Amino acid sequence: MPPALTDYFSLVGFGPGGWGAALLTATAMTLAVSVCGFAAGSALGALVAWAKLSRRRALRVLGDAYTTVLRGVPDLLVIYLFYFGGSAVLGSVAGIFGAGGFIGMPAFLTGMLAIGVVSAAYQAEVFRGAYRSVAKGELEAARAVGMRPWPMARRIVVPLVLRYAVPGLGNTWQLVLKESALISVTGLVELLRQSQIAAGSTRKPLDFYLTAVLLYLAITWVSTLLFRRAETRVSRGVRRAV
Amino acid sequence: MDLPFLWNTFVVLLGGLPLTLELAAISILAGCLLALAIAFLGSFAGPLGSGFASAYVFVFRGSPLLVQIFLIYYGLGQFRPTLQQIGLWPFLRDPFWCAALALTLNTAAYGSEIFRGGLRAVPAREVEAARACGMSGFLLLRRIIVPIALRQALPAYGNEIILMVKATALASIITLMEVTGLAQKLISETFRAVEVFVVAGAIYLALNFILTRIVLAVEHRLSPHLRDSRVREIDVRSAHA
Repeated sequence: MPPALTDYFSLVGFGPGGWGAALLTATAMTLAVSVCGFAAGSALGALVAWAKLSRRRALRVLGDAYTTVLRGVPDLLVIYLFYFGGSAVLGSVAGIFGAGGFIGMPAFLTGMLAIGVVSAAYQAEVFRGAYRSVAKGELEAARAVGMRPWPMARRIVVPLVLRYAVPGLGNTWQLVLKESALISVTGLVELLRQSQIAAGSTRKPLDFYLTAVLLYLAITWVSTLLFRRAETRVSRGVRRAV
Repeated sequence: MDLPFLWNTFVVLLGGLPLTLELAAISILAGCLLALAIAFLGSFAGPLGSGFASAYVFVFRGSPLLVQIFLIYYGLGQFRPTLQQIGLWPFLRDPFWCAALALTLNTAAYGSEIFRGGLRAVPAREVEAARACGMSGFLLLRRIIVPIALRQALPAYGNEIILMVKATALASIITLMEVTGLAQKLISETFRAVEVFVVAGAIYLALNFILTRIVLAVEHRLSPHLRDSRVREIDVRSAHA
């Protein structure tokens, strides 16, 4: 093995002075904040999709405004809004109880909220499109056998919507994963922030950012495989025309 | 509502607009050319070309843009002596050119996929007809393949342009004071996150609105054959609504 490569592996490896453990922990943090943000985004996104499909004009306008603004504004601005805005709110609440000074918004919560709010806008569009692909007859049949709204949602609407939504959700997940790197500006020690720290203390920025790229690519690759399996699962029993 | 503050914020943030536009314009233009090159490589250059193209797309779409920016801005510093020798250091020392380079490489990956789709949508019959008339090589490309592919790709490319305008915000992290950079500075000084967000968001939305209109106008210009026919797409849509 050439010495440059040996140096690299001892730098990112698990031996003494290696950053391997720290990088893996940070990767877990990236996954944690992405998954939490994505889940929050799914819940909010379903709500926004419901508003956009509503018969009431006011709700539709509200839903449209939400998706237009959140998809048209840089994610970084949303993160700043939650980070500084949340800190200001926390500060004024603490002021009531007599505490002074700056109280920082918890970085994980900021990240989760920002990712959730942004990805909700994208997921809402995915859900809306998927709902419109559900055959009307299926819903009518469920109503005809006397299903109440909740069992109908759980047993008919959600499985059918998921069948059409999984590919789109896969795209949104990739967006979320990449957006999670921006959370490093709030000081959350996820993969990018940890690479920054390591690069700064070893003065080997190229090695660590390259490692970060490789780790992100690994996550992307694995999640593509998982989403492909999910797609097969939710579309079992479907005969393909094309 | 504190109107003077909002107005003041607007004036300050507008100062960052030229930088935002410069970054977006440079990287969209350079990225478009690179995307075309990669799409052609992937479509016409055999297994080696398509292997390179798909590896390029996988790397640049699969990792966050911010990491790519850091890799170029901080990472290439490790090669400083070599870069100085070949005279690239003055560029790669400058955060502006680093951000522009990263944005270009990133958008080229997305753009090349869009153009590849456009190339695949060129009907074989039309190419056959052109060949039957004796057209081949560059003329065939210029007169038949590229126009049809571009027309097909334009709506999706419009989305990519919007995404690029938003992506320029990341340049603020390597010290460039474009709109988001100024907004961040203003928020951390005044702690009025909501007001600054509203103003900065309005600037980006206005910018993106204008860009979508321009793309629509180009689309209209490129498709005269769809305009004059009796059966209009619009009629079909309104019949459904």
